[in-house]
Amino acid sequence: MTAGVAETMSMSPQSLEATGKELLSAQKLSFSYGGHAVRVLKDLDLSIREGEFFCLLGPSGCGKTSVLNLIAGFEQITGGRLTLDGQPVTGPGVDRAVVFQGEDALFPWLRAIDNVAFGPKMKGLPKSERHELARKFLKLVHLGGQEVKYPSELSGGMKQRVQIARVLANDPKIMLMDEPFGALDAQTRTKLQDELVEIWLATRKTIVFITHDISEAVLLGDRVGVMSKGPGSRIATIVPIDLPRPRRRGNPGFGEMWDRINGLIDCEESAAQGSETPTAEVAATNVADLREHKRRPEGFQK
Amino acid sequence: MSEITARTTAFRARGDSAIMRWIGSAPFLYGASIASMLALWHLVSTTFFAPAFFPPPKLVLTTGIAMIRSGELAMHVGISMQRILLGFAIGSLIAAPLGLLMGSNRIVRTLFEPYVNFFRFVPAIAWLTPVVIWFGIGETSKILIIIYTTVFIVMINTIVGVSNIAPNKLRAAASLGASTGQTCVNVTLPATLPFILTGMRLAMGNSFATVVSAEMLAADSGLGYLIFNSRLWMATDQIFIGIVSLGILGILTDWIFRRLILRYASRYGPVE
Repeated sequence: MTAGVAETMSMSPQSLEATGKELLSAQKLSFSYGGHAVRVLKDLDLSIREGEFFCLLGPSGCGKTSVLNLIAGFEQITGGRLTLDGQPVTGPGVDRAVVFQGEDALFPWLRAIDNVAFGPKMKGLPKSERHELARKFLKLVHLGGQEVKYPSELSGGMKQRVQIARVLANDPKIMLMDEPFGALDAQTRTKLQDELVEIWLATRKTIVFITHDISEAVLLGDRVGVMSKGPGSRIATIVPIDLPRPRRRGNPGFGEMWDRINGLIDCEESAAQGSETPTAEVAATNVADLREHKRRPEGFQK
Repeated sequence: MSEITARTTAFRARGDSAIMRWIGSAPFLYGASIASMLALWHLVSTTFFAPAFFPPPKLVLTTGIAMIRSGELAMHVGISMQRILLGFAIGSLIAAPLGLLMGSNRIVRTLFEPYVNFFRFVPAIAWLTPVVIWFGIGETSKILIIIYTTVFIVMINTIVGVSNIAPNKLRAAASLGASTGQTCVNVTLPATLPFILTGMRLAMGNSFATVVSAEMLAADSGLGYLIFNSRLWMATDQIFIGIVSLGILGILTDWIFRRLILRYASRYGPVE
């Protein structure tokens, strides 16, 4: 398996670009919590291609997680259309698997191997087969040898790896990740980000990755969708990240991309504070801001 | 706990002699505590009371040995424990699935809720007379009373346990392909187990209280009967034997129960 990862890693960045067909589509999607008049999401459009790594970026409270919950089928849309492979999303299903931020999504009474084998067990796979599968995916997430440990015996980063393995073992069409590294320390987070890209390259899974961290979005995504501030959020802009992989924070173009997205978020925030559309004055300031950022040296880090 | 440990460590650092360490050890402290209580009991009972009103420890011990030799004590203990354990086990087996169902399903919960809230405030012993009229004076009625006292505690704890499951667990299970039934068996039950076991521990205490009351009012055997019947002969030493037996049995059953939880269920979650 490791050999496979290395092989894929050595491929040129051009050949990795998602050229697949549209997998997930949201049209004029709106959402509000049961009976409430305030719309969390309004007129949200989104199209995700097969094999793509899509990052959804936005400030807390903007409804990022609502988007994920809708795609996962945990919540129901209140308007518009949401389809996966042409089929409307009506509830949770094995074609969409979720890696949650919290470790409370793991089953603490099961060993790592049985956590990973949970999906296959539900499908009725015999024990030997599902354990073989689980072992394979634990190895892929660098947890070979930790099979018999209970989640309480694993570190935060290891627990998130178990979650990733558990999702992969179920072979979903799309992997939904809700700020999966948000609770980890900086070092572990960087490590897991690298590993996730490796896994993505090896498995070619479509990933929707939610984050509020600009650097993380620029490091990971093929495209970054910047959400507007709620209520009534939508995806304001989609920024393609054409930086070659593997990416590093110090790479040429990284700082520029960071600044560009940061500028877009600033612009969204001012827009939300004012009215629906930014006033001429605010817009002018933001343009000035962006120019200011432009002058910064290449590879600037934040 | 940590404070005790810290103080023990400090104590060890200061007085490093073997005797000082021995004095600070748990067996010695337990022994000292029990010995002082027996001394106090002896003093109070011999100074202020006639032996028939407040029997000194020595008299209770002699009576106890005699009752053990004659087999009388074993008979009372045996029958009381049989009632407790049978009622407790049957009650838990009824309550846990019901609690799981009520916790997971809004309709079932709403249908049963008024009765749970009503009956949990009606003590088991209030039912003694109707139950004896309906089921006779035999074992059935006593076990039914214990089942009743167990059911509500275990059921309420189970419901609380279900409502405490992290929503992420249920969502994860759903998107991993678990059906409602599979989720119940593979997620809800194991996640709730610590709460069920806590409910059972509490219910065990209640079963002791209930069996004694029931045996006092409607039985011809058991520790409750022993305590109540001895009053007719002013046999206070026998009453004390009954009381001491209940305490020791309580400590023992709870200890065994805790060992079983630690041995078989600690991985399901923290249980004290």
